[in-house]
Amino acid sequence: MGTMVSRLWAWFDARMPSLAEQWKIHAAEYYAPKNFNFWYYFGSLAGMVLVIQIVSGIFLTMNYKPDAALAFGSVEYIMRDVSAGWLIRYIHSTGASAFFIVIYLHMFRGLLYGSYKEPRELVWIFGVLIYLTLMGEAFFGYLLPWGQMSYWGAQVIVNLFGTVPFIGPDLALWIRGDYVVSDVTLNRFFALHVIAFPLVLLGLIVAHILALHDVGSNNPDGVEIKKHKDSSGHPLDGIPFHPYYTVKDLVGAVVFLVIFCAVLFFAPEMGGYFLEANNFIPADPLKTPEHIAPVWYFTPYYSILRAVPPLFASQFPGVVAMGVAVMILFFLPWLDRSAVRSIRYRGRLYKWALGVFVVVFFILGYLGVNPTTVWGQFGFDAFFLDTKDRATWVARVCTLLYFGFFFLMPWYTARDEVKPVPERVTA
Amino acid sequence: MKKVFLSLLLFPLGVLAAEGGYRLDASPHDVNNLVSLQSGARTFVNYCLGCHGAQYVRYKSLTELGIPEAQIRENLLFTGEKVGDMMKTPMPAQAKQWFGVVPPDLSVIARSRGADWLYTYLRAFYRDPKTATGWNNAVFPNVGMPHALWMLQGEMHYDPETHKWTEISKGTMSRTEYDATVRDLVAFLSYVSEPAASERKIIGIMVILFLALVMFPLTYWLKKEYWKDVK
Amino acid sequence: MSDQQKVDKTRRNLVVATSAVGAAAGVGVAIPFVASMTPSEKAKAAGAPVEIDLTHVAPGELAVVEWRGKPVWVIHRTKEMIESLKMAAPRLTDPESKSSKQPSYAKNDVRSENPEWMVMEGVCTHLGCSPQLRPAEAKAEMGADWVGGFYCPCHGSKFDLAGRVYRGSPAPVNLVVPPYTLTDGKLVVGEDKETKGA
Repeated sequence: MGTMVSRLWAWFDARMPSLAEQWKIHAAEYYAPKNFNFWYYFGSLAGMVLVIQIVSGIFLTMNYKPDAALAFGSVEYIMRDVSAGWLIRYIHSTGASAFFIVIYLHMFRGLLYGSYKEPRELVWIFGVLIYLTLMGEAFFGYLLPWGQMSYWGAQVIVNLFGTVPFIGPDLALWIRGDYVVSDVTLNRFFALHVIAFPLVLLGLIVAHILALHDVGSNNPDGVEIKKHKDSSGHPLDGIPFHPYYTVKDLVGAVVFLVIFCAVLFFAPEMGGYFLEANNFIPADPLKTPEHIAPVWYFTPYYSILRAVPPLFASQFPGVVAMGVAVMILFFLPWLDRSAVRSIRYRGRLYKWALGVFVVVFFILGYLGVNPTTVWGQFGFDAFFLDTKDRATWVARVCTLLYFGFFFLMPWYTARDEVKPVPERVTA
Repeated sequence: MKKVFLSLLLFPLGVLAAEGGYRLDASPHDVNNLVSLQSGARTFVNYCLGCHGAQYVRYKSLTELGIPEAQIRENLLFTGEKVGDMMKTPMPAQAKQWFGVVPPDLSVIARSRGADWLYTYLRAFYRDPKTATGWNNAVFPNVGMPHALWMLQGEMHYDPETHKWTEISKGTMSRTEYDATVRDLVAFLSYVSEPAASERKIIGIMVILFLALVMFPLTYWLKKEYWKDVK
Repeated sequence: MSDQQKVDKTRRNLVVATSAVGAAAGVGVAIPFVASMTPSEKAKAAGAPVEIDLTHVAPGELAVVEWRGKPVWVIHRTKEMIESLKMAAPRLTDPESKSSKQPSYAKNDVRSENPEWMVMEGVCTHLGCSPQLRPAEAKAEMGADWVGGFYCPCHGSKFDLAGRVYRGSPAPVNLVVPPYTLTDGKLVVGEDKETKGA
């Protein structure tokens, strides 16, 4: 049996040696730094969530109907009449939120250890493109259940595109394919969500990993391991990805699955954040919900959008601010003027800046899920206050701090004190 | 610091629904009590199905509540439906003209409104000569729905300014009996909005125990063994 | 055994154990996905047994009902029709229904529980067309020795009034008899004592 397998493999390998070659390049002989810590699990976890979403998505597509009259019912059909349909649905809805949690933590690792800095700028750029594509994928997917939140959330976001000067209304019309979000919109969002964006996502992920493997991984110390090699040409501080990181990531995967399954089986709605209560009401174009908010993973940017007051009776400045808030990520490798990569060797300025950024991101996120009245109103009346909502003013301060993190970065990273970076990796 | 904000983030969205409104009572229902569910099913078919549908619920699924198919056929199917059919309402589209709005489908009402809201709502109707139906509701002011269960509860009067309830006439049930009926109905509506809920939790326990007690030790041991190589 | 060999053995065992448990977990995960592809409650409801009131089917008449998307023929056979079955027998491929699909109570000379009522699927066992009734009187079209039965227009298969296929037909086996329950004046297609609840 054993020899038969090895003979079969030899036959295959003789005709497609590139497979074994790729395995060597990307796994068995890909030397990664040996000091990867907690923050380094999230790349492989993101890959795992992608697979989870694709598989559960395929099975949902077997029973879902992308027709405005049938969509909501088909989801309930899946939940009740299809064997284990409820499980597949919850896997997909939990997976969507899990994807963003994992991706945010994955990106945060980049901020901690300067993973975007030279020579890995392209890895970062592909990563931001993946993030943008993922946001699009989630946006298109959210319309599909055709609940009140699905419908009105899509209506609001598409209308944002309508605020672009000159081309706005035509652009919104083109996106919708109709004068309002309708069955036509649903069908095309279905096509984009099921096949178009997943293909783009897969391509970008391959590019992301290839770009990474071409230059080699960063590490928590920001030290370049290729500087010190042994007699066989392998980095002294490197270990082959397989078996060491395959085996370590397996543990990470199991721990992730425990948390994932705890949510999936015991709190799939997550208090209304993962599956919103309003979305159990079928879409009604004639009835606007009291409170429209995007899903939690978009809310920091939604907060920024709302914080910017209208200018010349247009909400477009808010839209621009929201857009810049995301796009600024692309420029991170060039905004950061620090000589060191890792936060371990940076000074107090960066540590404070990053800490404030994290806090501000959470506050903006919290404000985004709530109506602007969530923190009440100011008691006093001042002529410059266009709104008395406390939450809006907090959001405005947070927006300034958010942009400050990026726009002031060239200044504070250049003058920040740095500690000496070791030659070899530490624990 | 991060933990404080994380816990703030998990603050349930549902509280917003009651923001500034009538205080909701916690629903005492138990989705695992078959007797309660069967009683709720009966109330639902007798009082609610006339106007509301539960179009995603199959009559046949009531067998999960311990109601045999024969009983479903005899007691619950009235207008030539088959046991495999969905619980559709006979209410025509004119409902919109009669009530101002089409009575919403109740298949997932417990997931959109919440059990506490339903429990309180069904016990908060009061007489109001100013409305079209003669009824109003403290939880849902100026609701288009009349008090379908009024014969059971009797008539109440409510003053929105003072929040005081007074009884106008008695129904066929005492206060505790009526509350129990509503509790059973809410139990049924909760069950029907997610029939797989109990199964989900049972499977969940097994999956998590397997992952935590079998997969984790094995993979952790495997990792530790290989990483002995790495100094 | 040297230390290195012991280490290798431990590693191998661990890998095997983890892989085996992992594979079992994989199967466990696959089961709900595979199960989701089995007939849903909607499909089962649509495929539920169908009831026919027999009091309206006169002797010699053929009634057609739909069950699981297929036409099911219900023939109220007259005495002559039942007699004709014996005459057709020598010209049939499988007169004793050895290769065809029917419930145990239909594995007899008349292929039914009650000779008066014939229940069978009107789907030709060749390539699925629906044959047409050709009564005994259609001798001009079907030939002098025609005793009554069915003719499939697609490729010319012929069946008798019990659904048994004539020799020389492209169809290989007799028509399928579904499970059914006959009571006074009522026929339920799709359900019998053996398959109840299926």
